[in-house]
Amino acid sequence: MRKNYNLEKRKYVIGGFIVLIAVIYLVRLFDLQINDGKYKQRADSNAFLKKTVYPSRGLIYDRNGELVVYNQPAYDVMLIPRDVQPFDTLDFCRTLNITPDALRKRFADMRDKRLNPGYSSYTPQRLISQLSSQDYGRLQEKLYRFPGFFIQKRILRQYNHATAANVLGNIREVNADDVKRDEYYTAGDYTGDLGVEKSYEPYLRGHKGVEILIRDARGRIQGRYEDGAHDVAPVSGRDIRLSLDIRLQEYAESLMVGKRGAVVAIEPSTGEILCLVSSPTYDPRLLVGRQRGENYRKLVNDETWPLFDRALMGAYPPGSTFKPTQGLILLQEGIINLQTTYPCYHGYINGGLRVGCHSHGSPLPLKPALQTSCNAFFCWGFKNMIDRRSKYGSSANAFEIWKKHLVSMGYGYKLGVDLPGESRGFLPNAKFYDKFYSEGHWSANTIISVSIGQGEILATPLQIANLCATIANRGWFITPHVVKQIQDTVMPDGMLDRRRPTIDEHWYADIAEGMRMAVTGGTCRRAALKDIAVAGKTGTAQNPHGKDHSAFMGFAPYEEPRIAVAAYVENAGFGATFGVPIGSLVMEKYLTGTIAPERKYMEQQMLNSTLYYAPARKK
Amino acid sequence: MPLQERNNFALTLRNVDWLTVAIYLLMVVAGAISIYAASYDFDEASIFSFDEFSGKQLRWIGLSLGLALVLLLIDARMYETYAYPIYAVMLVVLAVTPFIAPDIKGSHSWIVLGPVSLQPAEFAKFATALALAKLFSGYHFLLNAKASNYVRAVAIIIVPIVLILAQNETGSALTFMALFFVLYREGMSGLILFAALLSVVIFVVVVKFAESTVLGMPSGEFAVFIIVEVMVVAMAVVYNKRFEVARNLVLWFAGSGIALWVAAGLCGVELPGMIVMLSVIGVAVVYTVVEALRSRGHRLLIAAFSAVYGVVFMFCVHAAFNHLQPHQQMRIKVVLGIEQDLRGAGYNVNQSKIAIGSGGLLGKGFLNGTQTKLKYVPEQHTDFIFCTIGEEEGFIGSLAVTVLFLALILRTISIAERQHSAFSRVYAYCVASYFIFHFCINIGMVIGLCPVIGIPLPFFSYGGSSLWGFTILLFIMLRLDAARRGRP
Repeated sequence: MRKNYNLEKRKYVIGGFIVLIAVIYLVRLFDLQINDGKYKQRADSNAFLKKTVYPSRGLIYDRNGELVVYNQPAYDVMLIPRDVQPFDTLDFCRTLNITPDALRKRFADMRDKRLNPGYSSYTPQRLISQLSSQDYGRLQEKLYRFPGFFIQKRILRQYNHATAANVLGNIREVNADDVKRDEYYTAGDYTGDLGVEKSYEPYLRGHKGVEILIRDARGRIQGRYEDGAHDVAPVSGRDIRLSLDIRLQEYAESLMVGKRGAVVAIEPSTGEILCLVSSPTYDPRLLVGRQRGENYRKLVNDETWPLFDRALMGAYPPGSTFKPTQGLILLQEGIINLQTTYPCYHGYINGGLRVGCHSHGSPLPLKPALQTSCNAFFCWGFKNMIDRRSKYGSSANAFEIWKKHLVSMGYGYKLGVDLPGESRGFLPNAKFYDKFYSEGHWSANTIISVSIGQGEILATPLQIANLCATIANRGWFITPHVVKQIQDTVMPDGMLDRRRPTIDEHWYADIAEGMRMAVTGGTCRRAALKDIAVAGKTGTAQNPHGKDHSAFMGFAPYEEPRIAVAAYVENAGFGATFGVPIGSLVMEKYLTGTIAPERKYMEQQMLNSTLYYAPARKK
Repeated sequence: MPLQERNNFALTLRNVDWLTVAIYLLMVVAGAISIYAASYDFDEASIFSFDEFSGKQLRWIGLSLGLALVLLLIDARMYETYAYPIYAVMLVVLAVTPFIAPDIKGSHSWIVLGPVSLQPAEFAKFATALALAKLFSGYHFLLNAKASNYVRAVAIIIVPIVLILAQNETGSALTFMALFFVLYREGMSGLILFAALLSVVIFVVVVKFAESTVLGMPSGEFAVFIIVEVMVVAMAVVYNKRFEVARNLVLWFAGSGIALWVAAGLCGVELPGMIVMLSVIGVAVVYTVVEALRSRGHRLLIAAFSAVYGVVFMFCVHAAFNHLQPHQQMRIKVVLGIEQDLRGAGYNVNQSKIAIGSGGLLGKGFLNGTQTKLKYVPEQHTDFIFCTIGEEEGFIGSLAVTVLFLALILRTISIAERQHSAFSRVYAYCVASYFIFHFCINIGMVIGLCPVIGIPLPFFSYGGSSLWGFTILLFIMLRLDAARRGRP
């Protein structure tokens, strides 16, 4: 037995320590529970009611400061089941204009844990959502008769124009995934769905506030806890100014009525999108309020896919609007110069292959080739590049370089527009063909159609408009975007940087000139305006869905472009029949604010024509 | 043989410390009732429903009573014999846990075995205590005899800490630090505990007063300099008994400070306050060392060393603090009253204070606590169970729980001191240390005096692992105590 009595004394230190701590804690508990008035006062009060105060959501304006989307209050009837006492059900029903059976069903639904997993008799539950202001007013007056009930103010969206649904988006109640993904949300909150409402949600939503109310033992509100000292005020969302011109958007949408396709207009110097039309579209007001669910279902099931934003999700063969890119690549790679001519015998004929073309002079150099949209010229150029083994070693290498240039021009990948759901289009690489035809078994002639924007190439109307803006700028572009300004914030980094394709800038002037010639004396003469020099390029894209797609891209004024537009109309025939009129009308409307009398017939024609589409096959 | 066995068991039962058992039973029953209250739901409640926390906890309690009986049946010598093997197995389990445990709120500390989940960290407590006790029971083992003894003792404590940190369970890992109390009881210098206390004080002062400035330095640092100076003088008084040294120190502090200011003023140099304070302390340290060597009062060196330690530690505080994770920084700031953050880190504590505070003297009555029921207090049935007691049973209830814990801890210490063998004594001290740590931290955080560290309140918080862990801990001690007369 060893005992060290000197050390044994240390038990007093340890024991003393714990006694000291216990005494400190008891003093603190005494202070908290008995001494401190502010807690004592609440020993009588039953509990706090924490009421979420929803911030007002940021407003949305167009580029000219016109209010496009604003808020409208709605009122939810909330209750805390444990505090509800027997009340005059008939009076309640009469006040809100509902039948007792409907009320009974609402109660049953609320208590059903499958429908309402967050149900608890202690916490606020939503009984009826989105009362009209009349119902709200009547109920508010009688609320004292219904202990346990209270009213929560919510924000709904409202729209000044029945347009731009695809750009604006809408709001919906959060689902379980949202709540899991972002801890800001709790069940019953709203979040942006589609469009700017979704992509700028963090700016628009603001911050929720909390109001702490004290209730008595019968659940009646007694007032604010410590005069609101612990409340958190809501912070309103930031307002957003779109780059969209809402009048132009409305006009372009009206031109597209009865047709499927897209119109995209960009201000080349800033990358700001002036209009982004997808047709057919829908009225954004359909997705507001209590009828949202049913309307949404209808839109989803609509076989014309109104919810599908063709302007940035639709991937189409770009057709001849692709030819300027080819001219640029051939010039940059030194395959051709401005004097190089290629023959066209009603088409490109080589190695038993024939790509048709229409009548025009032959042989011809690049600019007239753009002017007349000669297929043969670009086929020959493409063949001379892809099959030039002396320079590139193999067709695959040449193709990769060809592709690299296109990627730098914004094809094959998402451009990065500030809207959700953008498609990247499609740009094959050499591996794709190696797999398809097996390695070494393909050459320019195998894939010749890509040189005129057919075959495997797919692009979104946004990418086509962006190409046009790049040419208008003579060699650079800014990522297209629909938001011009966010209140009290600078735009995200890099959004306004100039992006430069891997093509020397001086070549762009020549391409622009070719496009100018197409308007003055080529395929898109109908795009010509009286006092404004327009440049353009038509496209007629073959596709497996029926008649050719009609496409057009153009910019104006020629010297100092203020608008670059791409119009793409599905199954509408030649580029000149629908694409050119719609695209040029949009330009004219934007630049002059009106339509010249001599072009009114064209406007009427576009407004009134409806194309027939075969019923869509289910995908 | 069976007869003798029964007699042995009868003997054991007679020698068991029934006071401790009574405290244990009281706590476990009160705990179950609190859990029932904390998770009570008017809509659908039955105390025996196994889906409810209270029902599950009742099942855990039943099993722990059986477990306690088994522990009392085992021969006391077995614990000593198998101390190291048990410890080794536990370490292996701890080591593999992070790899087989699912991710629960970022920590990998729960092993799922069919319907039950167990937290090995809770069971590592008794294993570590056994190993530490075994080490000290070695023949003529004295902690202070040689340095390697310290290394072995500290290693036994540190290894489980490291393994538990790897599971991302900082709270559980910290509980093992309590075992340093045991080392203190067994001879570790009180200066180490003093250094720990000094560190905490400096940390709190530096972090709390980081915003304002005095003499061109943060007031926290200024305060630390003053504290260190006062401490050196005080230690000089304690260690020297003659007041000369202390008096001279005061003169040195004042003299060198004034001299520096004057010299700087004459040269027209703007001296940063930090430089002045460092110089003053430096001069005092040099003086103390010289005085210590001259008078062979080597204990004075401790004063000099403490001063240097204090200043060096002060400079490390910011680096250390910034190294913590943001949520941990926030919890500390909330306790120190620097940040309110009622919606974030401060939310739990504020709500738990409101809940406890609203209890008043007598409480709102069983099942009538609205704060805890309205789910304002998160984790109310686990780490924050004390809230429910405070709210429903009032100050009387909190007082009762505090007194129960105090009684348990003091009783454990007294049991420890009456042991004849070092093994039993050290083991019992380990038990006391764990209870001290859990009691201080858990109640401290609930009433807002400690940062929030997620560890349970023994026998009260919901959870089988914690209940079983503490039951095993306590009943091994009771078994050892019951056998003390048999093995002088």
